[in-house]
Parts: sequence; C-alpha cells; structure tokens
Amino acid sequence: MKLARDTWLIFQRQIQLLLRNPVWVFVGVFQPVMYLLLFAPLLTKALHVPTQAEAYKIFVPGLLVLLAIFGGLFQGFGLIAELRAGVIERSRVTPISRLALLLGRALRDVVSLIVQAIIITLLALLFDLRVFIGYLLLAYLMLALISLMTAAVSYGVALKVKSEDALAPVMNTVAQPVLLLSGILLPLYLAPGWLQGIANYNPFSWAVEGTRALFAGDLSNDKVWQGLTIIAVLAVAGVVWAARQFARSVR
Amino acid sequence: MIETRGLRKSFRSRAGRETKTVDAVRGVNLDVAEGEIFGFLGPNGAGKTTTLRMLATLIEPDGGHATIAGADLRKNPAEVRRRIGYVAQGGSTWDESTAREELVLHARLYGIGKAEAQRRAARALDAFQLTEYADRKCKTYSGGQRRRVEIALGIIHEPKIVFLDEPTTGLDPQSRAHMWDEIRRLRAEGMTVFITTHYLDEADALCDRIAIMDHGELVAEGTPAELKREISGEVVQVGLDAANTPRAAELLDTEAYVNKLETVEQGGLRLFVDDGATAIPQVLRRLDGAGLHLRSIELHRPSLDDVFLTKTGRSLRES
Repeated sequence: MKLARDTWLIFQRQIQLLLRNPVWVFVGVFQPVMYLLLFAPLLTKALHVPTQAEAYKIFVPGLLVLLAIFGGLFQGFGLIAELRAGVIERSRVTPISRLALLLGRALRDVVSLIVQAIIITLLALLFDLRVFIGYLLLAYLMLALISLMTAAVSYGVALKVKSEDALAPVMNTVAQPVLLLSGILLPLYLAPGWLQGIANYNPFSWAVEGTRALFAGDLSNDKVWQGLTIIAVLAVAGVVWAARQFARSVR
Repeated sequence: MIETRGLRKSFRSRAGRETKTVDAVRGVNLDVAEGEIFGFLGPNGAGKTTTLRMLATLIEPDGGHATIAGADLRKNPAEVRRRIGYVAQGGSTWDESTAREELVLHARLYGIGKAEAQRRAARALDAFQLTEYADRKCKTYSGGQRRRVEIALGIIHEPKIVFLDEPTTGLDPQSRAHMWDEIRRLRAEGMTVFITTHYLDEADALCDRIAIMDHGELVAEGTPAELKREISGEVVQVGLDAANTPRAAELLDTEAYVNKLETVEQGGLRLFVDDGATAIPQVLRRLDGAGLHLRSIELHRPSLDDVFLTKTGRSLRES
C-alpha cells in the first residue's frame, strides 16, 4: 500500500512536470515519424511484399520497439539533472520507498512512450495498416515492458556514473548492437545464418518478432508469449537492480 | 538529541593507478542537547559534510554508533528519517516546480495527507515570507528566497532535529542576517538545529555550542565563550618582516609573561599573554633592544579564529 501511494506521488509529480513541457514527447516521436514517412515506403519493393500495408505490418512493430528501447535508455539524462539539483538527495532523506523513487519515474516514461506509440500507430493507419485492437493492446504491453526495463537500466546506470558525459557513450555502446541485432529495420529472416545465431541471444529480437506476430494477427505464434515472458523477466530484473542503486547511491 | 560514539567513515579514491583510502571521519563523539543550535565548524574537507550525511542516513558509517532523537542510526535509519530534517548544501529544489508544489510534495513524501500537506505548505510559506512567490517557478527566485524554500522543505514534517549544511554560504550579508533570524526562530519553536559552517562570525553569533573539526577529528567542543576562555588572557599580534620573525620568536619565547607563541606565516608573531597592557611595553623594549624593526603591533581578545589556530595550528581563513 505504501509502495503504491509513494509511487503514485512520484508519478504524479513527474507527469505534472512533463505536461508543463510536453514538447519532449513530440521531440521523441519526430525521428520515428521520419522513418515512417521517408524510409518505410522503400520497403514494399525491398521486402518483395505485394502491398504497402504488408510492408507496414513488418516495419511499424520494429519501429515501435526501437522507440521503446531508445526512449527508455536515454531517460537517465533527466535523472542526472535531478541528481545535480539535489532533488534525489532530498527524497532520500524522507522515509519514501526507494522502489517508488524508481517506479514513479519509470512509469512516467512508460506513459509517454505509449502516447508516442499511439501517434505512430495512427499515422500508420493512414498508410493502410490495419491491426485488431486486442492484438494491438498486447503489443503495447510488450512496448510498456520494454520501456520499463530500459528506463530502469538507464536510471541505474545514471546513478552509478553520475554524469552525462559518461552516460551517453555507455548508452550508445549498448544501444547500437542491440538495435542491429534485433531485426528492427529489416526482419532477420533476411540475415545470414551466423547473424541469426547471434541475434537469437538478443532478447529484443524476440520482442520484435513477437510484436510483428501480433501485428500480423498471429496470436498462436510462440514468439508472442516467449517475447512477452523474456521481456517481463528482464523488466523485473532491471527494476530490482535499479531500485537498489536508488537505495545505495551516494550523492 | 544526538549522541555519537566513534563514528567513522573512509572513502576509497583513485589517483592514477593507485587506490588509496581516505579517512574522512575518524571516530567522532558528539553530544548535542535538545533545543540548542549546535555549530559544526571546520575548513573545507575537514569531514563536516560527511559526518552530517551519515547522521542524515544518506551514507552508512563504517564504524561506531549514533542515536538521533532516540532512534538508532544504524539499526533503524527509517525511524531516524522520520524524526530529522536535512537541508543540503547544494540546494534541493527543481527549477520548473513552484515553492508550493515542492512543499506539498515533500510533506506527502513523509506520509502526510493531501489536505494537511497543503495547510502546512501555506503555513510554511507564510512563516518564511514566501507567500508572494509561492506559485512562481523556483528558477525565478533569488538565492536567499530559494534557500528559505529549502529550509522550509527541511522542516515541513516538524522534525525534532534539523541539519543545515552551510545554510548561509553564497548569500549576501542581508540574506545572511535574515537566515540567522530564521534559524533562531526554529530554536524558539523547540527544534534542535545542527548547522555546519566555515564562517567564524556565524558560529560565534548564532550557535549555543560548537565543535571544531579538522582532518576528520574533533579538536574542540564547547560554547563559543568557553572555547575563547580556554585561550586565557589576550593576544598580542606583532607584525614583523619574515626574515626577522625567527629571531624575534627566539627572543620572546623565553619571556615569562608569554604563555604561548605562534608564528604567522607571512611574517610576525602571535603572543598569548595574561595582560596585554603590561606585555606590550616589554615586547617593544625587547625587540627594540635587539634592533628588530616592528611593522605593527595590536592587541585583541581571543576570537574563534585564535581558538582554531591553537587547536589546528593554522588559521581557518588560510585553510
């Protein structure tokens, strides 16, 4: 109960501040929208699919996962600003739950991600993408778990390195291979065997394939529950680890 | 209110390839009584902030124990958090929030209900004369206003003790005087106030009792008056050329009326004597007789800086 209340307090404050300056939600969505408008049209021919709608069914899920990964990984920068302002230290002298300090912030990131995902989905509808709403909601659950995990990890790392200069290279180093090995831009069935072999060890490639299956309306595909399970387990692990950094962090 | 025994903390720091351990706090014993303003004095890097952060549950001590407002620091930090307030040196407000939002949120972090939190925020804004700016963003405040918001945050849950880390650093003289009044008001309301400072005048004017810390250890403790009395008598400060100083020290050290003698770094001596009026003529005669030229001579009552100098071997202003 205390955890729920404390998390709600932090979440409320973070959302209030986000609404005061909502431009960041739209800045975050700008790059994926560009991909949607300027890159996706190439895919009908590149992927040898009959219609544009088919191409979008493959591309949009990947794009949304990309948004969830990157959106989350870069949330740590905001936390470093809060550290520097003394806001985190001020919270840590109160009896508030340390887990709530993390969850309240990570949940704001999840909410802002879902808003961005809705914007992308609506735009994709204009390009004849059609998804059954129930499957779409499951796909959003996948996205929410991904951003919960990546945001938590980003916060944990931010508390460890304590400076933007150190956080940026760490996040870029992690994000690049994760991105390329997850079949986000082009599906991995196009990849040679060795590359598929490596990608099998990337949890995000499972998430991308699961989300694609949902967009294709293929709920019976094993990748759906496998992807969700893998990401859920990692999200819990990420949150537990990052909450410990909040409890421990000095300065 | 606060009792510590043998409180210790060391940090590992890396310089190049070597790791070395820095003993930031080496066994501190403190006793702070209820309802007093306790000043923690020392140069930068003496271990004041580390001690304070340990007492405020922000970092864990390596050894020793402490009881704060009746709760055991190491066994029950959660209870300590409920009973203390802490105001950090570097600020604690968010640019884009208003003072009222910060106060309400902070009260709620202590488990206070929404309506009560709003009432307390309004009362605190009033008490700290902030009502006029209450709904403006913190980034628009002056240094003094912002510091007052931060102190208000530290006491919004009505703690028994409030820790203020260098509350007046960076403030202009007027805001500083204002802040002293606020701190005295907290004491009048029955709160115990624990402040760190490196201003001697502040410690002297504001604090009921002070402790002086240097290199991680307490070197003196008492009321400002007691500490000054420890240095009995008066101080004669003699200005000399650096080249003449050692010779003068040699001559005067053997004089019976000089209780203690210290060399000033830039040249000159400080003589601790019982009675300045009788000592000065004798000093003049002795130095004149040896042909040593004086640049200045002055007499003053011991200040906290003299206490600091005697205890640590250097002036607080120099360090």
